[in-house]
Amino acid sequence: MVTLEQIVKELKEYDGEEIKIMEVCGTHTSSIFKNGIRSLISPKIKLISGPGCPVCVTPSVYVDKLVELSLKPSHCVLTFGDMMKVKGNQGSLTEAVAKGGRVRVLYSPLDSLTAAQEDPDTQYVFAAVGFETTTPIYGLLLDEILKKNLSNLKLLTSLKTITPALEYICENEKGIDAFIAPGHVSVIIGSQSYEALAEKYGKPFVVAGFGGEHILAAIYEILLQLRDGRHQVKNMYVSAVSQEGNPQALSVINQYFETKEDFWRGIGVIPQSSLGLKSAYQQFDAGSSFIEYREELPKGCRCTDVILGRITPVECPLFGGSCTPLNAVGPCMVSTEGVCGIWYKNRG
Amino acid sequence: MCVAVPGKVIEINGPKAKVDVMNNTCDVDIRLVQPKLGDYVLIHAGCAIDVLSKDAAEEILWMFNELEEEMNGHPGADR
Repeated sequence: MVTLEQIVKELKEYDGEEIKIMEVCGTHTSSIFKNGIRSLISPKIKLISGPGCPVCVTPSVYVDKLVELSLKPSHCVLTFGDMMKVKGNQGSLTEAVAKGGRVRVLYSPLDSLTAAQEDPDTQYVFAAVGFETTTPIYGLLLDEILKKNLSNLKLLTSLKTITPALEYICENEKGIDAFIAPGHVSVIIGSQSYEALAEKYGKPFVVAGFGGEHILAAIYEILLQLRDGRHQVKNMYVSAVSQEGNPQALSVINQYFETKEDFWRGIGVIPQSSLGLKSAYQQFDAGSSFIEYREELPKGCRCTDVILGRITPVECPLFGGSCTPLNAVGPCMVSTEGVCGIWYKNRG
Repeated sequence: MCVAVPGKVIEINGPKAKVDVMNNTCDVDIRLVQPKLGDYVLIHAGCAIDVLSKDAAEEILWMFNELEEEMNGHPGADR
């Protein structure tokens, strides 16, 4: 059995062709920094970050809609904290509050039930942003809304699915050799979700845990696969991720949601990349189908190039100057999961 | 993506459980998993999404502690 020391030695001494590995999970990006992974591997192995931050890929017109709803009489927007500072074309939710908008930050979508029950005269709208990890929780919320017969709680959805985005990258960004698949999305969708992509595009997909040694082992597995000309899905996070995912969570998703094309900020339209409420549940939709299929990022902002792995955040001319976590110009600097934010906080 | 934190189930009340998360007790929806008392669960946005081994829970907890300082004193406020 190969030891961690041997893995580090091989990764450090690697001198073959340059390899580009994309991790699509912000927590992996953070772990790569915290464990100093780049210093432990050869400079010929490039680790780049992908579009795994739901806030970063949410269109600005979605934020505009939230701002509009928050300023409407008898309305209140409910959201996770990370949406508060994201700028739309009409400012952020934080700025909406300053103008008199009603916005409340919650820890869980399920907490919105109490708000709606206690204040039936207010129309509450939950900013339902997320990937497959979060979507089943919105399904559980809908279960409760139906059970309690609540008519004053709706969702504004921007729920992305990761495999179509990975397919988009495989199709359009030719330089990426392999992927470290996201950990917690994989808990829900299962490691088998990547098999079609691995086969079609001939690239290894490795599901990894979050410890430094797990990420090193995942990189080593990718190195071995590339060296042998293999392209397999390897689940190296078996303690949390199964092949099939979480069947109950998938069942809840399928009960309430159906796939549709969607617009990703900084990328554009990706077919079948989103989950919207099924027509039977449209009365709980706060107007999610308004999305305009165009987007201009702020002048000089290179978030598109960052989330597609073309450049690292420090190569953006705004990084650390006019764009910082306290005054984020682009969406990737806003969230704790955004790659620019993570790079900024770890730049030492 | 999708920050999640592990905790230990200390009480089960139907679809909800009391879970010890870094010495804080939280109410967690457990309808997506079937944990037993003493199990470790992975919690995302107020909901358990997975049952974990103790080792896996400790591994993620370590990462979460590291990340907490980056969350500007508001752990759990983001998805």
